[in-house]
Amino acid sequence: MSTRPEKVYFFGTCLIDLCYPQAGMAGIDLLQQQGIEVVFPQKQSCCGQPAYNAGFPEETKKVARQQLKAFPKDYPIVVPSGSCGGMLKHHYPRLFADEPEAAEAQRFAGRVYELTEFLVTVLDVKLEDRGPPIKATWHSSCSALREMGVIEHSKSLIRQLQNVELIELQRERECCGFGGTFSVKQPDLSSAMVADKAADIEQTGASVVLSGDCGCLLNIGGALEYRQIPIPARHIADFILERTHG
Amino acid sequence: MASTTVVDFPSNFIKALGNPQLRRNLRAAMDTLGLRRRTLFADPAFFAQLRARGDAIRQRSLRKLPQLLEQLERKCTENGIQVHWAETTTEASQICLDLIQRHNATRVIKGKSMVSEEMHLNHVLEEHGIEALETDLGEYIIQLDHETPSHIIVPAIHKNRDQIAHLFHEKIPDTPYTEVVEELNAIARKVLREKFFAGEVGVSGANFAVAETGTLCLVENEGNGRMCTTAPPVHIVVMGLEKVVERLEDVPPLLRLLTGSATGQLITTYFNMITSPRKPGEKDGPREVHLVLLDNGRSKILADPQLRETLKCIRCGACLNHCPVYTRLGGHAYGYVYPGPIGSILTPQIEGLDHAGAMASASSLCGACEEVCPVKIPITHILRRLRNESYNKVDSPNAVKGHGYKSNLAESLTWKGWAMSNAAPWANALNAKMLAMLGSQLTKLTKVELVKNWSQGRTLPRFAPKSLHVLAKEKGIPHE
Amino acid sequence: MSEVGEVSHARDHILTRLRAAVAQVGESAPEAGALPPLDFDRAERVARLKRLMEAMHAEIVVTDSTGWVAALKNVLRQRTLNGLLYAPETPLGATLAAAWEDDLPPLVGYTQEVEQCKEQLFAIDAGITSTKGGIAEVGALILWPDAHEPRLMSLAPAVHIAVLDADRIHNSLAEAMAQERWAEGMPTNALLISGPSKTADIELVLTFGVHGPKELIVLILDDQPAPSAPS
Repeated sequence: MSTRPEKVYFFGTCLIDLCYPQAGMAGIDLLQQQGIEVVFPQKQSCCGQPAYNAGFPEETKKVARQQLKAFPKDYPIVVPSGSCGGMLKHHYPRLFADEPEAAEAQRFAGRVYELTEFLVTVLDVKLEDRGPPIKATWHSSCSALREMGVIEHSKSLIRQLQNVELIELQRERECCGFGGTFSVKQPDLSSAMVADKAADIEQTGASVVLSGDCGCLLNIGGALEYRQIPIPARHIADFILERTHG
Repeated sequence: MASTTVVDFPSNFIKALGNPQLRRNLRAAMDTLGLRRRTLFADPAFFAQLRARGDAIRQRSLRKLPQLLEQLERKCTENGIQVHWAETTTEASQICLDLIQRHNATRVIKGKSMVSEEMHLNHVLEEHGIEALETDLGEYIIQLDHETPSHIIVPAIHKNRDQIAHLFHEKIPDTPYTEVVEELNAIARKVLREKFFAGEVGVSGANFAVAETGTLCLVENEGNGRMCTTAPPVHIVVMGLEKVVERLEDVPPLLRLLTGSATGQLITTYFNMITSPRKPGEKDGPREVHLVLLDNGRSKILADPQLRETLKCIRCGACLNHCPVYTRLGGHAYGYVYPGPIGSILTPQIEGLDHAGAMASASSLCGACEEVCPVKIPITHILRRLRNESYNKVDSPNAVKGHGYKSNLAESLTWKGWAMSNAAPWANALNAKMLAMLGSQLTKLTKVELVKNWSQGRTLPRFAPKSLHVLAKEKGIPHE
Repeated sequence: MSEVGEVSHARDHILTRLRAAVAQVGESAPEAGALPPLDFDRAERVARLKRLMEAMHAEIVVTDSTGWVAALKNVLRQRTLNGLLYAPETPLGATLAAAWEDDLPPLVGYTQEVEQCKEQLFAIDAGITSTKGGIAEVGALILWPDAHEPRLMSLAPAVHIAVLDADRIHNSLAEAMAQERWAEGMPTNALLISGPSKTADIELVLTFGVHGPKELIVLILDDQPAPSAPS
């Protein structure tokens, strides 16, 4: 277990900024509850992944440099997203490998934690569930699963909530079809994938679907709503905060 | 489908996605193959060790490729196997055709070979009045229906037993209709046994070629590969030149990775290692064995340190089996010989981005392919690279053929604008401004298109009244 | 060789490109080491090979060097076969010829080149071969067909009977290759066989007996059988 820091940076991610700010605030709140001082640099923007995945590394670098600048001190950088976390942790060093910022990107990457990973491995949080009994299901984002390897941390937090029954999806490891620009560049493929995901979620009988990534939530939530399946898609931080506040 | 045909990806995709039978067939099959692989490689530590070994062997083979090919040629020649080199698929097919015609042969029996598909060899032979009969059951099925393989390991996986029952009933004389799989197999066995008996030339691929000993290795379950390489008097092996490995001892780990990744088997029924034609005194086996080494763009791919990783591929098909896109489309929608993740990185490099670049966009970059790849090909990284070179003209001899074919699209401008806004400190109070910004750089049409595409089966995202930046400021979260 | 001029032209072009290509990329990191060798004991090797091959629908008969012919006769008497293809010039063939009985399928020697006997080869029901060894790790036989025991013996007949000496079951393919120094001289054709011919090309439904043998019967000659474990 890493040593417990006094201060952390919070990297809000652009999707949370735009569409799910309450999930970001929940993440900040959960950290503060553990006695951690949270710093939210106002000069942060986007990790750059949309352009990176679309095939625009130069444009990505411009944006990534801004993030390197926005988080100058050696505090851990906590990210409420496996996808953005993966970008910062695994792709920045690669992106800047042949650039003057190579060493800086390496150091930066070394400070990055996905939120649930940080809560579990660094803070060893103990949650007390104050909510009524509920069935929940979980969607693993591909980056959280394969790049960050934090799925067990996320699910261990849900399992700490004693009134929450976690029902696993049949295809928990399968992509929901978001994939950033993939969702609009390959609309037919993407919507076929999310249709299957929505059906999988519905068959669990859960009353909420949780994930650690807002891209997936945007996609899955939109698909559930489109089909008038009354299962909200919520960020895990938001859900945990609500359950533990009672 | 040759590079001259224009593949209409969007309509292919819509057609495949709208075919419920195809979707069901594929889903069931890919689930089964995935489960079998997981069961076989249940121990992650063992798998990690094995694939590290496989990766290292393939990297070394590629690093030494020219000398290994020369060594292979030398050893094969010493052993009596005749080696031919082909720069293009046309040349490779011509070499095969010449060899077959020199023996006045008209009946060719074929073992499964993706390189022969790449060469469109059957088509070339048929144009010259030579019957090229596929003898792998799956290949036989699709050949009867004038189709190409939809999967590199299980080529007829898009068909179910009813479809095959109808096909056999209609296309094979005196064949009663049956949906019993064992009976369908028996029908094919009967037809093909006569063909094995009568075949004049056998054509096969090779899974590995060992430079140290001049040995050609074939992995199979049915025995048709052994038939094609044993019964006829002449055997022609067509092989991509990247398939060579340095030493015999390199074979066992690769074999284990190949069969485990492909079908979850510890080993196939047959592993066939061929080192020479029939020697004096031996009673069977072909009197002539020919090895045709095909380049077709591979030597160019080798020059780039990132792209060359594509050539590590041992064609196990695991990336297809685990791909959420392949699972929903099947192979035919990709329009080229190699489908799925490996096809999406290999094909644009061989055919050119201007022809096949769209394959690189048919991925959500979920990484399931990389997770299972037995030789650790960085598929998603190569996909990003291909996307990048689709938009950017690259000033390098290693640039992918057809690079920059999308350089004039409005999308490039959009990302430039995006970068400007997100890189500038003043633009940080983003909120809905980000969307406004996106909008300002997109043409109206593109904006409409984006909304339309997203709205396919999804409600539109709702933007929060206050961004996290604003909320954090209001709540007094320090920003230092 | 055909079109010598044209062929060498392609060869030179390709090799020139390949040499230029590898020159561009430097040496990579040291290679991941070989996997730790497997170490089953003798009884485990026999048991594992038997279990794995049976899972692939091979029929395994564990017998010994004195009882195997009787075991073979037993196997044959359970079936209706029009003949047994064998290799008369091998020790195994000599043993069979000496012990043959009239009620058994007639022994048919593979004595001519395939061109003279192809029809018979494709018509006979069964063939018997020796083996060079076995592989416990994956459950497979090793065959090195030769002038006396040709390749089609284990392929053309619908039933393949193989005789395996338990002492020659290796832990792994890698071990067999290393111990027997395969790299110093590979035969015309070396084979691993793990069961009867099979396919799963129709809906992944596994069915046996496609193009090669429908049945594989392995007689394991084990003169040091492990004491049967108390159940």
